[in-house]
Amino acid sequence: MAFAWLPGALGDIAHGAATTILLIAVTTLAGTLLSILGAAGRRNGPALLKRAIACYVEVMRNTPFLVQLFFIFFGLPSLGIRLDPILAAMLAMTLNMAAYTIEIVGAGLDAVPGGQTEAALALGLRPRQVFVKIVLPQALKIIYPALTSQVVIMMLESAVVSQIAVRELTYEADMLQARTFRSFETYFVVTLVYLALSMALRRLLVSGGRRALGAGVS
Amino acid sequence: MIEFTSWDIVRNLLLAARWTVLLSLAAFIGGGIVGLIVLFFRIAKNKWSRRIASGYIALFQGTPLLMQLFLMFFGLPMLGLRIEPWTAAALGLTFFASAYLAEIWRSGVAALPLGQWDAGASLGLHYLQELRLIILPQAFSITRAPTVGFLVQLIKSTALTSIIGFEELVRTSNAINNATFEPFKVYGLVALIFFIMCFPLTQYARRLEKQAAAR
Repeated sequence: MAFAWLPGALGDIAHGAATTILLIAVTTLAGTLLSILGAAGRRNGPALLKRAIACYVEVMRNTPFLVQLFFIFFGLPSLGIRLDPILAAMLAMTLNMAAYTIEIVGAGLDAVPGGQTEAALALGLRPRQVFVKIVLPQALKIIYPALTSQVVIMMLESAVVSQIAVRELTYEADMLQARTFRSFETYFVVTLVYLALSMALRRLLVSGGRRALGAGVS
Repeated sequence: MIEFTSWDIVRNLLLAARWTVLLSLAAFIGGGIVGLIVLFFRIAKNKWSRRIASGYIALFQGTPLLMQLFLMFFGLPMLGLRIEPWTAAALGLTFFASAYLAEIWRSGVAALPLGQWDAGASLGLHYLQELRLIILPQAFSITRAPTVGFLVQLIKSTALTSIIGFEELVRTSNAINNATFEPFKVYGLVALIFFIMCFPLTQYARRLEKQAAAR
């Protein structure tokens, strides 16, 4: 074990970690938004849309993220869609996460008692207002812990996007170990960085959720 | 240059899929055995043994599987063990699976009423007998759905072992793609093969969940 290379590598590791954080931040926002639309569409949309969303969820949940990433990055150009590595990574991560969170958000929507909708309608709110102001906030509060776990899982899974040369934490680790020939030490340090990131992310999400959704969020 | 027909591609992918299946089974069985040991520590009466086990679980659930595989692949040779991609992949996935399975089964143990332990003790069973005859059978039976669900996750996770050089479905597809330049078809087929392996299990897990909810 030798860590003499570490001080010189801190800049690269920090840069990689920043990219990983950027990736997960974009994915969390886009994925949550997409899954709210998806879950609402799956409940109230036309029959064809419902079936399309159900298929999408099944396909994404039953294939590995790595294959989805390769399909998007290497496969889509043959249809004329050519994406930057980082954009391809964000797209793949968002699509992957949405498939899981559609189910989660859907469960939350089902858990809000129907009386809430009826009461809001009786007060003269329009259906869209009922969804955005009454049902959705309550649903989000119920599912928040599950959503948090999914975000952390996605952050850990983002290590895979190093394979299409996105310069995130794992990619920087690959480069470092190629330069220093200290493979185990490099990956050991970077694994600890991931561990710290996942613990910090979980804590941040919980405290942020308490502030935004009120007490009782864990 | 060798021409690849579609049938060649499919045949080679299916041959490679054997290794994906084999690795999944090895990791599931190995993970089950190690997971059982972790479970014993996790639910033991000794505080330190519980802490060590939850630390183990948190470590594997809080770091990327890819990093765990790299550490296996580069770390074990430092201990003087000669290691092939297959051993690194199987060992890495075994430890990964053990952490998740131990946590799933622990939730099953925690869900049982304490009266089950008391009843076992009052029948004169000692701790291990209680576990073997009363607690674990019930804990396994109520956590069957998440266990099958985790198996699906494990099958998908084997894709990552392609990165440390284990010759399974994804690695073979990369090689075929490099020879045919048909990524859309090749990766589409790989996704289809994974789907065929995982979808029945997902449906089975869903059915188990419904049964459990109905009970």
